[in-house]
Amino acid sequence: MNRMLQNAAVVGIGRTKYVRKSGRTTLAMAAEAARDALADCGLTPADVDGFTCFGTSGSATPSQVAHAIGVEDLGWSLSVSGGGNIVTSTVTGAATAVLSGQADVVIAYRVLGSDTRYGRAFGTIHAEGEGQFAAPHGYMVPPQWFSMYARRHQHEYGSTSEDLGAIAVQQRLHASANPHAIGRDPITIDDYMASRWICDPFRLFDCTYEVDGAVAIVITSAERAKDMPHAPVYVLGAADANRFGGSPYQWDDMTTMFSRDTAPKLWARTGLGPADIDVACMYDCFTFTVMATFEDFGFCDKGEVGDYFRAGRATYGGDVVVNPHGGLLSEGYIHGMNHHYEAVLQLRGDAENRQVQGAQTALVTSGAGPFGGALIYGTSQL
Amino acid sequence: MTTEIQAPVPIPNALTEAFWQGAAEGQLVMQRCNACGHLQHPPEPICSACLSFDLGSAAVSGKGTVYTYCIPTQAFHPWFADKLPFVLAVVELDDQPGLKMITNIVDIDPEAVKVGDRVEVTFQPFSEGFFLPVFRPAAQ
Ligand SMILES: [Zn+2]
Repeated sequence: MNRMLQNAAVVGIGRTKYVRKSGRTTLAMAAEAARDALADCGLTPADVDGFTCFGTSGSATPSQVAHAIGVEDLGWSLSVSGGGNIVTSTVTGAATAVLSGQADVVIAYRVLGSDTRYGRAFGTIHAEGEGQFAAPHGYMVPPQWFSMYARRHQHEYGSTSEDLGAIAVQQRLHASANPHAIGRDPITIDDYMASRWICDPFRLFDCTYEVDGAVAIVITSAERAKDMPHAPVYVLGAADANRFGGSPYQWDDMTTMFSRDTAPKLWARTGLGPADIDVACMYDCFTFTVMATFEDFGFCDKGEVGDYFRAGRATYGGDVVVNPHGGLLSEGYIHGMNHHYEAVLQLRGDAENRQVQGAQTALVTSGAGPFGGALIYGTSQL
Repeated sequence: MTTEIQAPVPIPNALTEAFWQGAAEGQLVMQRCNACGHLQHPPEPICSACLSFDLGSAAVSGKGTVYTYCIPTQAFHPWFADKLPFVLAVVELDDQPGLKMITNIVDIDPEAVKVGDRVEVTFQPFSEGFFLPVFRPAAQ
């Protein structure tokens, strides 16, 4: 066991509205989220000496955002190259900076603007490197990568479209109680089955809702966190896995994901297990990401996720509440940082009409395919 | 304003030219380690099995199995708009366990493709003189 991370805590959260087309720059949105996260915990820019973000394109940099909100001495700054796979590393990087004395207060954020849409490819494709073996065949975007995972799972374990639909329907129902969510109209399994194909076996409702917006969280030491306006949310432990270079299709078992490596590490480091988790913010760029990672984390056996969701075990009154905010599928795609916002809100008891009663632990996963991570937040240290 | 839609043309490099040269000659050619015989695709600068930099290439059987596939029904890039629907697949080659490549399955109704189908390579002319290795149902 290694519980060193629990000496760091999230003390502030901030975000913008999530909208389809904001007309705003990523700098403006990141600055707004950072400002609001500081206001949430009663700190000022003068208290902040660390900034970190992740991203692959179009993001405002840590130094730009720090400068924009008037941070005069940015002592620690780290811009992590990566996507959903690297959210956990970004947050634990911030925690590690605090615990090692490189910074006292760190803001970790993610911002996405209208120029970044991962579900489409435009213009001239420079099919270099691995891309030369993929793009000419039409292999370019995540719905293709992960629908192929889902197909393999259907072949090996007999999972069905209805099983994927059960995830989409449940999460949309959760989102219907979340005023911040962009997709709030409940759907039925019939609506799901009738929705148009995006990339067979994925339909419209299997895919995340890409939006503009930003989320920022403030991380400091557990000791300093005691004096903050909100109860601290501790980082109980984390694990990453980035085995297999290159494209997602090289993963040796496409019925599983990174979580087959991260889950055992995370449970071992924390001493916790699936039964200890109250809220599960499962990274859900697609429904199938939830299915594969949920199995890998041991909430149920292979091929049982559909039944698990249909039986009400993934919602209020069940075993664990999965994505109470609606997730990336229905709240919106802030690349998984919105999962961290929701986890903190739930553990503070501030989630209003979608509050998971008595929530003390939240699992937050990030990534899909071979690359990703996960961490556990808690209301108290272990 | 009209913009010509450009094909996603391969940009070969020293590691990959043997693959494209082979394809133009009707052969599926993969990177092969001269030290240990390990095949790897896409080509890498070092052999992941024995860490040798002494890498060559070899023609492989071109026979394999559909490991998984999808059927894009959206043109995720405009160049594919008039090619929908098509079958995008991962084929596992017979030549080495786990040796996979991205390809298309052709000469079959997309709805009829199944995981586990036996397939064999064939080559389709592509833009700018390139030939793409795609797969069709294997001859019985
Ligand atoms: Zn070798």
